[in-house]
Amino acid sequence: MIGYIAKRMMAAIPIIFIATLVTFALVHISPVDPAEAYLTAAHIYPTPELLEQKRQEFGLDRPLFEQYLDTLKRMVRLDFGSSYLTNKPVWDEVKTRLPATIELAAWSMLLSVLVSLPLGVLAAVYRNSWIDLLSRGISYFGASIPQFWLGYLLIFFFSVKLDLLPVEGRGNWQNAILPAITLSLVLIAVYTRMLRSSVLGQLQESYVQYARTRGLRERSILLKHVLKIAIAPLITGMGINMGKLLTGTIIVEQVFSWPGFGRYFVEAIFNRDIPVIQCYVFFAACLFIVCNLIVDLIQTALDPRILAKGRAEH
Amino acid sequence: MIVFCASLIAVFFLIALLAPWIAPHDPVKVDLASKLESPSASHWLGTDHLGRDNLSRLIYGSRVSLGFAALIFASSLLIGIVVGSVSGYAGGWLDSVLMRLCEGIMAFPNLVLVLGIVGVFGPGLTQVLLALMLVQWVYYARICRNMVVSLKERPFIAAARISGSSSWTIIRRHIIPNVQRPIVVVGTLEMGWAIMDISALSFLGLGIQPPNAEWGAMIHEGTAYIRSQPELMIYPGILILIVVILFNVLGEGLSERYGVSKR
Repeated sequence: MIGYIAKRMMAAIPIIFIATLVTFALVHISPVDPAEAYLTAAHIYPTPELLEQKRQEFGLDRPLFEQYLDTLKRMVRLDFGSSYLTNKPVWDEVKTRLPATIELAAWSMLLSVLVSLPLGVLAAVYRNSWIDLLSRGISYFGASIPQFWLGYLLIFFFSVKLDLLPVEGRGNWQNAILPAITLSLVLIAVYTRMLRSSVLGQLQESYVQYARTRGLRERSILLKHVLKIAIAPLITGMGINMGKLLTGTIIVEQVFSWPGFGRYFVEAIFNRDIPVIQCYVFFAACLFIVCNLIVDLIQTALDPRILAKGRAEH
Repeated sequence: MIVFCASLIAVFFLIALLAPWIAPHDPVKVDLASKLESPSASHWLGTDHLGRDNLSRLIYGSRVSLGFAALIFASSLLIGIVVGSVSGYAGGWLDSVLMRLCEGIMAFPNLVLVLGIVGVFGPGLTQVLLALMLVQWVYYARICRNMVVSLKERPFIAAARISGSSSWTIIRRHIIPNVQRPIVVVGTLEMGWAIMDISALSFLGLGIQPPNAEWGAMIHEGTAYIRSQPELMIYPGILILIVVILFNVLGEGLSERYGVSKR
């Protein structure tokens, strides 16, 4: 088991390495000169001497490989440099905004699991019934609706027409309702489909037939046996769709003026604030890779057959 | 269902193609005297905050969404097929390098990388298109490469090579026909995603720049009038929803018919 975990973690390293290369490349292919951007941000007129001095300070005159190693070392320490705009360390700014994004993501994940779990299972058990149709409708709808539009539709119905919920901002729990619904719909669509097909697959298995012949009640077969196995794909799905959740927060934070990391990222794009962009892109890749790793490990714990298979291959 | 969706998509493409002839008004002509009008005989869907005809803007907007999605599809497919076949065919270190590159790009959530690239090079339609291409070819390259690797050892390829066909002929005549089906399925689904991504980027203000009409940008403009004229943001959203659903249903249908999994 420990060997397997170590192997999986080792496999993630080259990908993280490539991710750092890509983020490093982002800065170096950028037409924005960091030295000039810093001076402009500090309201200093960029004379050639000053520019040269700043470049030396940033190490921009050294060989690329050295610069890359340097960037790598700094990234490990969560040092992403200072924002071109405010001259403050990027990570400090990010730290104040991250809780808002995590709050939003957590609510959305909770909501999506709470909805898709019963919906997916019921759709599989009562196949072709109205609830199956409903689940399919939600799946198509959720996967095809532009998130920003959904957000505004919800604002239109619940804030403008019915005047029930606040339009934007973050504060008490009412503020989180609409953003969380907006963000979770696409996840609900994906999870419901996954659960439905995995439960359907399990119901065909011989152990279910056997349990039925043994006279077990359908409900206990479903809850005690089928669900335990059918839930594994859902966990995989949550890992794979971490990207959807993350890009979703960018859009949703924008629509609802939610003061999170995603909104900070979009602001940085408009301001060409490269260190912030670099930080976000790197952060996203790491999150993505780590989530996939965790998912792998949880799955192995849930279904030891994966481990056995891995052994058989080597 | 496949035929139904495909023909509706064709109708949308036809509308996009014929926009200059079917649009009743100039989509960018400002007429402040008749701004925010309700539907009437001359403006069937009313006008926006600058008095521009909504129907015409929706029609012209389809050109951006569909046209550029198709462009991204075609170009990333081309890059994907070339890189994928070369990688699978050549094998060895070239294959490892190219596939690690693909994995590296796939390590980022698509939209994050696109936004990162747009952030570095500045907003604009060209940057958005290039960025979307850069993240999309990877999927086609991987499909193509895996197909090539599994086909390479098959007797008919060996036979073609013994009878003196060049590598390019083999790729073109024997390998590309075999990857068509999975690529059609993935391509159809990716079209839906591309349309959503383009509109999302335009909504953020990074894609198409005013005064040009684009559905995502129109939603963004319409949100300022959410209290007085909600239909300004509702119409373009409905169109995006319909087109994307059509592509998704079509992709699902094709994947069932061809018996290929999606990705």
